Amino acid sequence: MSFYGVELGSRLLLGTARYPSPAVLAEAIKASKAEVVTVSLRRESGSERAGQAFWSLVRELGVRVLPNTAGCHSVKEAVTTAHMARELFDTTWIKLEVIGESDTLQPDVFGLVEAARILSEDGFEVFPYTTEDLVVADRLVEAGCRVLMPWGAPIGSARGLNNVYGLKSLRAHFPDIPLVVDAGLGVPSHAAAAMEMGYDAVLLNTAVAEAGDPVAMARAFALAVEAGRIAFLAQPLEPRDMAAPSTPVIGKAALGD
Amino acid sequence: MRIFLNDEVRDVDAGTLATALDVLGFGGRKIATAVNGRFVAATARPGTKLADGDRIEVVAPMQGG
Repeated sequence: MSFYGVELGSRLLLGTARYPSPAVLAEAIKASKAEVVTVSLRRESGSERAGQAFWSLVRELGVRVLPNTAGCHSVKEAVTTAHMARELFDTTWIKLEVIGESDTLQPDVFGLVEAARILSEDGFEVFPYTTEDLVVADRLVEAGCRVLMPWGAPIGSARGLNNVYGLKSLRAHFPDIPLVVDAGLGVPSHAAAAMEMGYDAVLLNTAVAEAGDPVAMARAFALAVEAGRIAFLAQPLEPRDMAAPSTPVIGKAALGD
Repeated sequence: MRIFLNDEVRDVDAGTLATALDVLGFGGRKIATAVNGRFVAATARPGTKLADGDRIEVVAPMQGG
């Protein structure tokens, strides 16, 4: 699997927020085997050092970073944040979030397409956090996106895949674009379901970070992602309405009346 | 000169963004900057003159999802 020409072995992308401690974060990343972690940027005063310490930790882990524009509600804000992230993290990758609604953190897809176009033209490699809407996805690809990241469910909701039909349609419509289910996953079976559908990867954060044992949950997700991928390649059965006996009936002994 | 650093009023004696960042304790730190909502690259900080009332944003790496 590759994103913008970068080959990756792991199909699990992990967020770095909300862990009980930096040490647990580091162990969870290792247990997840993620090669890409999402990061963000926030204000820092002259006396604070939290950001510097976090950056040292990420660098020591040797993982690739995908900075986000979390919390941005306008195109201008998202574009400026992306520029700051490109310099700060020395990468052209950007997880583009333009939030349109505060209860669901649903993307403002109109602003998202506009920001994606501006950033793509400026040399960014955009990972748009979007909905499963096919037309929006088309517009994002036209704007220059070579990866799409539809939500499974609202960020942090742990609801899993809210619109399986929509996600399947998106997969069928874009067979050659890497698709990542981003946000809303709660348990490893959600990740496995996304992978069984043929999604290329999943991105999650809260489901691991806020689990009772984040390190064990990171490992569980890693296994689920791998299992789901193998299952997809093995071509799963289509569901049917009626029973189909798995044990052959021919040659069965006649023991009844 | 009175400027706003991440929305907080500060009095700094600095003509450029680079000098202001040094005075405010950001020297040698991994940060990114914007002035009045516009991104200012690190290489452009010495040439970015500040005026009274300018709004400076200084951000650093942080955990994110």
